[in-house]
Amino acid sequence: MTSLVLLEFDAAGIKQPSRSAVAAARKLGEVHALVAGSGLDEAAQAAARLPGVAKVLVADAPGLDHLLAEPAAALLVALAPAYSHLLAATTAVGKNIMPRVAALLDVQPISDIADVVDADTFVRPIYAGNGLATVKSADATKVITVRAASFDPVAAEGGSAAVETAAIPDLPNVSRFVSAALSKSERPELTAARVVISGGRGMQAGENFKLLEPIADKLGAAVGASRAAVDAGFVPNDYQVGQTGKIVAPELYVAVGISGAIQHLAGMKDSKVIVAINKDEEAPIFQVADYGLVADLFTALPELAAELERS
Amino acid sequence: MKILVPVKRVVDYNVKVRVKSDGSGMETAGVKMSMNPFDEIAIEEAVRLKEKGVASEIVAVSLGVPQCAETIRTALAMGADRGILVETDAELQPLAVAKLLKAIADKEQPTLIILGKQAIDDDMSATGQMLAALLDWPQGTFASKISIEGEQITVIREVDGGLETVTLNLPAIVTTDLRLNEPRYASLPNIMKARKKPIDKLSPADLGVDPAPRLITLKVSDPPKRKAGVKVGSVAELVAKLRNEAKVI
Repeated sequence: MTSLVLLEFDAAGIKQPSRSAVAAARKLGEVHALVAGSGLDEAAQAAARLPGVAKVLVADAPGLDHLLAEPAAALLVALAPAYSHLLAATTAVGKNIMPRVAALLDVQPISDIADVVDADTFVRPIYAGNGLATVKSADATKVITVRAASFDPVAAEGGSAAVETAAIPDLPNVSRFVSAALSKSERPELTAARVVISGGRGMQAGENFKLLEPIADKLGAAVGASRAAVDAGFVPNDYQVGQTGKIVAPELYVAVGISGAIQHLAGMKDSKVIVAINKDEEAPIFQVADYGLVADLFTALPELAAELERS
Repeated sequence: MKILVPVKRVVDYNVKVRVKSDGSGMETAGVKMSMNPFDEIAIEEAVRLKEKGVASEIVAVSLGVPQCAETIRTALAMGADRGILVETDAELQPLAVAKLLKAIADKEQPTLIILGKQAIDDDMSATGQMLAALLDWPQGTFASKISIEGEQITVIREVDGGLETVTLNLPAIVTTDLRLNEPRYASLPNIMKARKKPIDKLSPADLGVDPAPRLITLKVSDPPKRKAGVKVGSVAELVAKLRNEAKVI
C-alpha cells in the first residue's frame, strides 16, 4: 500500500501543511511525494530530504505552474493507478485540486482528516468541529485532504528519497493564471506560526490591528482575525481563522476582542494554550480560554506590549 | 446566459449542533434550518449578473427532503426565476450531488454554475470542484470577485497568502467565498411573487443516478473538551502565567 502526497513549496522549502500531510500518509504505509510545476530542482531536493518519503516524483511542465486545478487534477489522475491513497494538505491548493481528482476517479473525497484509524477509516470534523465523525470509505482509491493542525509535520531534513521524473499526461488548457497578489509579510504564516494573535470585531477598525503588531513582533506571532473582523472589512480574508477560514493549532493563541462564535472556535480550539482578552466577561471565548483577561483591549494591548518589552 | 445555482438546506449557522447521545450523528431534529450561507452569496451573485443584463435566467436547484422546496423558495424570493427539486430521503454525499447536478446541467445547459464554497454541515468543500470535473469545465473556487467578458470569466480567488486571479473558458464553475458580495434580504412583495414561480420535481432515478453514499459514518463523537481556565486580574499577571506556568513565552 503506497500513498502519494501532493506537496506545496516555496523558496523556503516544502510548506509545513504539506509536511503534516506527509506525516498523515506515513500512518498508511509507504509514502511517495509529488512536486509539480517548472524549475523544480530545489523543490525536488527539498522533498527528497523529508523523513519517511521513499520516492519523489517530479512533474516538470509549464502547464503545471501555479497548480491550477484542471491540469493538476489531470496529472494526479494519471498517477493514481499506482497508489492506494492520494493526499494533500487542507489548503487553498489542496481543497481546489483534490475533490476534482476524486470526481474524475469516481470516488468520494475524504476532506480535512484529523486522524487516521486504518487504511479505510478516518476521523474528520463536521459542523464546525462540533462533531468528530469516524468515516469508512468504500472506494478503491482514497482521495484525502489533511487537516495540518492535527498532525505534527515531519521535519524538513533527515530523509534521502530517490527522485524520479513523472510522465506528464495531456494537460487541459481551459484556465489561465493571470496574477497573484500575495500579502507581503515578515511574519510567519498563520498555519505554521508557533504563536498567533487574532483580533475580532472588538478591534473596531482595521487601523487598530496595528496595536497587535508590537506584540506579534515580540512573540514572533502571525496575525489573524475572526470572520466578524473580515466581514466588517477590517482585514483581508486571508487573515480569517475559523470554520470557513484557516485552521490553526499554535502553542499560544491570543484572541483579542473576539467573542468566540462557534465558527471561530472551530479554527483555533486545538491550540495548546489560549488567551482571551475581552471586555465582556460573558463572552463565550472565555469558556475555551486557559487564561482570560476581562479588560478593554485599547488599554490592555499597549500594556501587554510594554510588559513584553520590559522583560 | 443561463445560470444554475445549487442551494443546500442546512442547520442554521446560529444553531449550536450537538452530537446525538447514541453517537449515530448530529441532533438535527426540530432545529432551525436555513439556506447554506455561501449558497446565499451564490444566489446573490447570480441575481446581480441578471440585474446587469449579463444573465437571462437563474435556476435554483436543491436536492434532498421535500422541505428543500422552502430553500428553493428563498432563492426564488431573492431573484431566481424557477426551481428544480430533486427529492430523496437518501443521505447525499458530494459525489452523488455532483452526479445529480451534472445530469441537471446536461438538460439545462447553463453557461455558469455558481455554488457555495462549502456547506456548513458536512464541511466537505467538494461539490463545486467535483461538478466541474464531471462536466469537464474549469473551476474558479473561493471567488471574491468575478467578471464576465465574452466567452471568458475572470475570477479573483481567495488563496492562503492573498488573492489569485485566473481566467477560465466558459462554461465554468464558480464557488463563492465570503467577500464576493453581501446577500440581500428578500422583500415581502418578492416573497409573495416567489410563491407563484415554478418548482419542478424530479427523483434521482429520473436523472439516472444512484445516490448511494461511499463514506459510511461509523460514529460521531464529541470533540475533546477544553478544561476550564482561569481569569487573570491584570496584564502583568497574564504575562507571568504565560511565562512561568504555561511556559509558552
